[in-house]
Amino acid sequence: MTIWILFALMTGAAVLAVLVPLSRRKAAETADAAESERLFYEDQIAEIERDHGRGLITAEEMRAAKAEAARRLIRATSQASAPQETVDEPALRRRRAASAVALSSVPLLALAVYGAYGSPHLPAQPLSARLEQTIDPRNLDIAEAVARIETHLAQDPDDGRGWDVLGPVYMRQGRFEDAARAWANALRLLGPDPARLANLGEALVNAEGGVVKARAREAFEQALGLDENHPKARFYLAQAAEQEGDVAGARAAYEEIVRRSPPNAPWLDVVGERLVAVGGAPIQPRAPFATAPGSEAGAALAALPEEDRLAAIGGMVEGLAARLKEDGGSAEEWVRLLRSYAVLGDRDRAQVALAEAREALAGDPAAVATLDAAAAEMGLGGAAPRQ
Amino acid sequence: MLIEAGHFALALALGLSVVQFLVPIWGARTNDATLMSVGPPAAIGVFALILFSFGVLSFAYATSDFSLANVVANSHSQKPFVYKLTGVWGNHEGSMLLWILILALFGALVAVARNAVPPKLRANTIAMQGLVTIAFLLFLLITSNPFERISPAPFEGQDLNPFLQDPGLAIHPPLLYIGYVGFSITFAFAMAALIEGKIDAVWARAVRPWTLTAWGFLTLGIAMGSYWAYYELGWGGWWFWDPVENASLMPWLAGTALIHSTVVMEKRDALKVWTILLAILTFSLSLLGTFLVRSGVLTSVHAFAVDPDRGLFILGILVFFIGGSLALFAWRAPMLKQGGIFAPVSREGALVLNNLFISTACATVFIGTLYPLALESLTGAKISVGAPFFNATFLPIAVPLLLLLPFGQVIAWKRGDVAGITSRLYVAAGLAILATVAVYAVTLGGPALAPLGIGLGVFLVLGAFNEVATRAWQSGSGGVALAAKRALGLPRSTWGTVLAHAGMGVTVVGVAATAWSVERIVSMNPGDVQTIAGYEARLEGVFPRTLHNYNEDVARFTLLDDGREVAQLETMKRIYPARGMSTTEAGLETFGFSQVYISFGEIQPDGSLGVRLYYKPWILLIWIGSVIMALGAALALTDRRYRVGAPVRAKGGPRGSGSSTRRPAATSAVPAE
Repeated sequence: MTIWILFALMTGAAVLAVLVPLSRRKAAETADAAESERLFYEDQIAEIERDHGRGLITAEEMRAAKAEAARRLIRATSQASAPQETVDEPALRRRRAASAVALSSVPLLALAVYGAYGSPHLPAQPLSARLEQTIDPRNLDIAEAVARIETHLAQDPDDGRGWDVLGPVYMRQGRFEDAARAWANALRLLGPDPARLANLGEALVNAEGGVVKARAREAFEQALGLDENHPKARFYLAQAAEQEGDVAGARAAYEEIVRRSPPNAPWLDVVGERLVAVGGAPIQPRAPFATAPGSEAGAALAALPEEDRLAAIGGMVEGLAARLKEDGGSAEEWVRLLRSYAVLGDRDRAQVALAEAREALAGDPAAVATLDAAAAEMGLGGAAPRQ
Repeated sequence: MLIEAGHFALALALGLSVVQFLVPIWGARTNDATLMSVGPPAAIGVFALILFSFGVLSFAYATSDFSLANVVANSHSQKPFVYKLTGVWGNHEGSMLLWILILALFGALVAVARNAVPPKLRANTIAMQGLVTIAFLLFLLITSNPFERISPAPFEGQDLNPFLQDPGLAIHPPLLYIGYVGFSITFAFAMAALIEGKIDAVWARAVRPWTLTAWGFLTLGIAMGSYWAYYELGWGGWWFWDPVENASLMPWLAGTALIHSTVVMEKRDALKVWTILLAILTFSLSLLGTFLVRSGVLTSVHAFAVDPDRGLFILGILVFFIGGSLALFAWRAPMLKQGGIFAPVSREGALVLNNLFISTACATVFIGTLYPLALESLTGAKISVGAPFFNATFLPIAVPLLLLLPFGQVIAWKRGDVAGITSRLYVAAGLAILATVAVYAVTLGGPALAPLGIGLGVFLVLGAFNEVATRAWQSGSGGVALAAKRALGLPRSTWGTVLAHAGMGVTVVGVAATAWSVERIVSMNPGDVQTIAGYEARLEGVFPRTLHNYNEDVARFTLLDDGREVAQLETMKRIYPARGMSTTEAGLETFGFSQVYISFGEIQPDGSLGVRLYYKPWILLIWIGSVIMALGAALALTDRRYRVGAPVRAKGGPRGSGSSTRRPAATSAVPAE
């Protein structure tokens, strides 16, 4: 409501600015045309005299110039007619019409335009005021949360927990320099911790576009000093060796990670990729059995030499394929088969299996969806052709 | 509530400017003083409302109010405070609001200025300014509303274009806009004169202060833009013949011609039709510049968000004002009474020549800028018209113009004689030739044409001051003291002319000296030393730094002269994460008028740094000359002629008349500026 009162006051002031001069009996300042022209030419004549005084023009030139200016003055003043200030009937009618225009057009135009584009219900929302509002965690979005924590830290920069919370958020947003700053602050305030050190290192590496530089290496080495098994620190140090061209060292480091990791560790996929890249033996065959940790078959497989192991795995996959083909199976089982082919690098058979799976599961849309999602993840052919 | 009040103020300003347009023009037609007296308060009211609205938008930026779409798109809570404020006009909507604010400011200034403007002329002028304001307020409110709200509001903005996060943004657009939009008032004066059908020397004098103001600010605005491009783009160039630059150069050229033609009109009551046409063309070119830059026809840092609707709307405004004014001109101009005739060798003859040259130069820039655009839209062929075209067409026009300039200054009004001119100028010309020969001797084997350019600049400076010297010494009597006294007694408009012309000469010297600039592109490792024009630059190191809303790689150099350290300078490559854009900040070190310019290139795969090193001799003269030109305009503005007061009847009764009592009258009047 107050906003409309304010608008009414503003409109009133604007209309008054027009109505006041209209309501005066006499125009306040009636500069008269003839008078201002006379002043101009007098000034011009004075200037001509000054020029003569300075010796710029001769007396004869002065006379000629003055005569010319005077002629123009006479011409100008004879044409000019002073504005009338009469209050006769037509003049009054004009004033009333002008007042009506002002009274109507100003508020109407303003309201029409504002009505079309304005949002009178929205208050001003300066950021500082919004950050002071009480928080309802249910509808707190991530940007707001970050803004709140940042504001809090700006006032109380020695709150290590705040930095600890911000670090992962910055990482996810791709603000790696900020993440590194946050981790560094957290370390300073909360003391060294292998995870924090490794995270600091990771942020620094990302900020450098993936290159492990001296500061990051230092952080990783410190992390290993506290926890010699820390996989992230080991992994990036291995990357550092790889980037420096130390292939053998990198391979040894990656193998070391595999050795030190539990068999179903989630990072093994990535480590395996790097290991192959530096010419090491693939460790992916462990992945199909990741779902059955510690199974006897898995342990026995792991103990086999490389070639035998591959052969054994191939045999197991064939068995699974044969069983699914004959008896059918759940979507999860088909996906496991696809994954096995994918890991073995046999894309053609994976495609064939995918087609078979689609056929077998055709009656179950949910199962097909699961299948498609997994296929897409593995980069196999898209959705099933719809008939 | 405050934000919405700002929005409402804009809408209210639209309503009030309709009154500002209708009522005074009706008053002038019916010769009704009361109706005419509505103009000034309405113009002041419109200005106050728009100022309030602009203040509200600035407040929203200052407090990072992300409930405004405009603030979200162009601000960031972590941005330094000064850039939050300058960000108000660092975008399309805000800059249009600034445009309109200046438009209304000039309307209000005409309303309060009591220089000798005849009442009808003033009423019509205020009305025409109101019409322009209406058009642009509609444009702002309908197609580019800065007060558009977002609900719920996001918590962070998208940051301002990093190129604009620079002190230059605080200075360049306001100056340029005052220049651009300032010509709207000369346009309004021209329209008013055509409507009234009365154009004379009084009109010329009434318009002159406004033209001078607009021209001075436009000069500074262009110079500032040029300097900004010079240090921000990292290529060491100061003028690129870019269409956006040309868009500001064209009104400047037309405005320059206008300043000169109003002199003739004021003194000799001649060139009326031409002057009116120039006033129309100058503002039309300003509008054209706005259209080119804002419609998305040109892509540049000035284009901001491109929206075809906006382009169409501005095109409509353009057609309405240019077409309307030219139609009115075609209808009314033949009725204008022509003034005196004049001899070819005379001050007015020289000024006509000046106008011819400048308008031809303006036309070449116009063709060079618009021809490629027209060709592209008609046939789809893309051609690039760049420096070679302008060097081949613009320079052959500009050089004779500049050569003739000192002659124009010494010719007498009405009739001059060639012998007298040469006798007055031979000292200046001789010294300039001497300077040229000296430069040739010193730089033997260097650029062939540049010494001639230096000579031309020297001739312009000496020719400018020649006027003062000949006038002061003329009588032959008296010593130095008397001459100095006489020189100081010259009208300020004369001094303004002298300064503006000398400033042009200084700029010409600076431009010519660029022929000796040295450029080296090298790759350096920390500790490496490269020599550039007698200085050695040692790369101390490259290190990262995080400030405000950007991260930067800083290359620090030590500059040595004969092994002695003279300066430390830093050049940066900044990355703004909010937009993922990078900018280069050049490292500059000034020695006298010359600069060493070091710019951060790319970091090479082997870890070395690509560096561009430049030595720019006397480069600062280009901009110093522009500042001197603008100072000349400012000085001319303070001339006593423009302080002539309108009759103020506060005390009642007619004041003393006659030329002998003009002096006290002038001081009691309210100054025009």
